Amino acid sequence: MNLELYVWRQSDARSPGGMVRYEAEDIAPDMSFLEMLDVVNLKQIENGEEPIAFDSDCREGICGSCGMMINGVAHGPLRGAAVCQLHMRSFKNGETIHIEPWRSRAFPVIKDLVVDRSALDRIIQAGGYISVSTGGAPEANTILVSKQRTDLALDAAACIQCGACVAACPNGSAALFTASKVSNLALLPQGQPERNRRVISMVAAMDREGFGACSMHRECEAVCPKEISVNFIARMNWERLRAGFTRFGE
Amino acid sequence: MRPADRIVTPSNRDGLPADEREPLNALFAIYHSLTGKKYAMAITGFVGVAYVILHMLGNLQVFAGPTKLNAYGALLRSNTALLWAVRIILLAAVILHSMAAYQLARASWKSRPIGYIHWRPVASTYASRAMRWSGPILGLFIIYHLLHLTTGAAHPDFRHGDVYHNVVTGFHVWYVSAIYVVAMLFLGLHLYHGAWSMFLSVGINNPTFNGLIRGIATFFTIITVIGFISIPIAVLLGVIS
Repeated sequence: MNLELYVWRQSDARSPGGMVRYEAEDIAPDMSFLEMLDVVNLKQIENGEEPIAFDSDCREGICGSCGMMINGVAHGPLRGAAVCQLHMRSFKNGETIHIEPWRSRAFPVIKDLVVDRSALDRIIQAGGYISVSTGGAPEANTILVSKQRTDLALDAAACIQCGACVAACPNGSAALFTASKVSNLALLPQGQPERNRRVISMVAAMDREGFGACSMHRECEAVCPKEISVNFIARMNWERLRAGFTRFGE
Repeated sequence: MRPADRIVTPSNRDGLPADEREPLNALFAIYHSLTGKKYAMAITGFVGVAYVILHMLGNLQVFAGPTKLNAYGALLRSNTALLWAVRIILLAAVILHSMAAYQLARASWKSRPIGYIHWRPVASTYASRAMRWSGPILGLFIIYHLLHLTTGAAHPDFRHGDVYHNVVTGFHVWYVSAIYVVAMLFLGLHLYHGAWSMFLSVGINNPTFNGLIRGIATFFTIITVIGFISIPIAVLLGVIS
């Protein structure tokens, strides 16, 4: 199949960018979207032109490195899949595809489709962990957790920190990302000692990075490669409210 | 308050900056965060939702005739202290709701300085995306409505105490009724999203009753809009005269 691409090109963080037209030729339907870009880039290199820069790593939907807006939708048209899991059979021969990077003040564009997502790292650094002295691993079943609670916590823990939620949100909010970490740790015994401090600190970090506020548009949930629910955002809101009025010092 | 003060380090004894230990300061500190502003939106929004439902039910007494409606109007004004207490609460709610909405909207606009060339909604509703301007439109309508049927400044033949007369003569002007009907459609949009999302904003959420919340919000939105719209339409059709 052959496709017409319009790709955002930006040579570095300070330069203005723009959409550039490319022709993707002889693309096999079984190629992943990123393989298709690799094929386009091979031609770029052969022609002595700068290849399109984009992030990728595992290419199987688990690392969270890849991410781009495809025809206005984060990670493209497939639900519950990152762009590396999107295959060209999802497109028709001759189709036009518009490709843009994640857009957020907190995600400065480094080059082309590559954005700096360290803002998410800084939110995690603000409390998305448990402070525990590690030593030998204790027997796993000495701390009892119900299956229901474990399942819910694991649903939240599925977040791969790709940033699609921020990209898709009309408000540019990182609520789903922050909520998934807050919820995961708030649901489990190991997260209890620092539960209140964690949510206050992480929500403050989220605001500090310049993300927007959540209005429950639910765009994030719809584009999340791990299909994380906005119910976790409600849970984070509750945790923050609770923490604000709980006796300080836990 | 430097941003660094909010980072939790082992040296913060209980993880909170000193000024958050005072109750009033804690309230301001919570409002300082975007999440805190959402709490304000939800609480003031709830005041609005409750008011609008009660106001609609009270107004429907116009169908019971002038005696009933004017008696209802007199009842509302019978206790001046209570009347003004309610008015001040409503005014405070509207002001805080508008202020928080503006601050949230501004933060959200600033979060994406360069917009997408292509962005397609996948799951959001028209109602949710329209909140930012359905709100101000309703704000302007409230001002007009107060001038029309409360103070009478924008009314052609206002008579204090004769609520029935004011309503009927007011809505006989077709374009005034049209303004009300259009405003109520915007109210419907605003309530459809707001009356549902206000629960999630404060964390009232559980898979067991989430569907119920969505259903109740939709139900109250529909009956409130229909209830309000029925009055100017009834006047124009001559059902009420």
